[in-house]
Amino acid sequence: MVSHEAQVHGSHVALQHHFDDLEQQREASTFGMWVFLCTEILFFGGLFTTYVVYRQRFHGVFAQASRDLNVVWGGTNTAVLICSSLTMALAIWSAQINRRKLIVLFLLITMAFGLTFLGIKTIEYKEKFDHHLVPGPHFHYVCPPGEPCHPEQAQVFFSLYFAMTGLHALHMVVGVGLLSYLLLPSWQGRYTSEWHNPLECIGLYWHFVDIVWIFLFPLLYLIGAH
Amino acid sequence: MSSTMAEPAPAAHTPSRKPYFLTCAFLLVMTLITYVVAKFDLGPLNDVVALSIAVFKATAVVLFFMHVRHSSKLTKLTVVSGFLWLAFMIFITMSDYWTRGWLDTFASGR
Repeated sequence: MVSHEAQVHGSHVALQHHFDDLEQQREASTFGMWVFLCTEILFFGGLFTTYVVYRQRFHGVFAQASRDLNVVWGGTNTAVLICSSLTMALAIWSAQINRRKLIVLFLLITMAFGLTFLGIKTIEYKEKFDHHLVPGPHFHYVCPPGEPCHPEQAQVFFSLYFAMTGLHALHMVVGVGLLSYLLLPSWQGRYTSEWHNPLECIGLYWHFVDIVWIFLFPLLYLIGAH
Repeated sequence: MSSTMAEPAPAAHTPSRKPYFLTCAFLLVMTLITYVVAKFDLGPLNDVVALSIAVFKATAVVLFFMHVRHSSKLTKLTVVSGFLWLAFMIFITMSDYWTRGWLDTFASGR
């Protein structure tokens, strides 16, 4: 389907020579981004599979060790990421209605949410270092009195906690970097209702990272809440 | 596709903010629900309920925030295949772990 606008502006500045029109170019890059996200699903999927294997093997101790995570911080971060996904979607909406300053504003708010998430994560990680819950030679898990005591199994839980949240936090850092890369072209008015696919694709990445956290939050923070 | 706009939108959907705010509200409410539900011991259903809520939330993000609702069939197929392959990986791996004990049962003649 060739859009009316793309026909009028057949030689749009963003149109690459190997595409017929902007619609074809948009479709191709969205497809490409989703193929990349499929590899990301399996990248995180390896860790999720590992989690499922050990969660069923060390079922009780995982729930026990999970209580050492701070549900308030984890829940706050979930809300922060959901709000950041909203502002990311609104940045694209701003491009659809041709409001370049609004795009920049929403991108900055999204980045602020992202940095807030990373700040809270830093506080949580510091707590774990202080309480000797970081796997390694200084790992020291104090079992709750009157419960089965398997510090080595708890260490597996915290290994997975750091691997999964660490990989996720790395994606957040990359995401904030990608958003900052969008700021200047947005300000220059290069993203309009006709063409804003870089916003769309980086938005897809941002929402994907949100989805990963949507699964990490219950699996890591809530399994021992009852 | 019913479009009330004077010009046809390139992304084939009218730029309305409302679905985004509704999705965000839905996700926040579901987060609260999953937190409250986790306080009750539902036995083996604990993980099932928590993951079901997470799947609902992820679906909302994919459909509305990621615009898959309005995407081409090729994109939809790609999205489904991505999560399908994840399901394959987890299911085939777990089918090994779940059935390992059966070997001993067979070997000892039950």
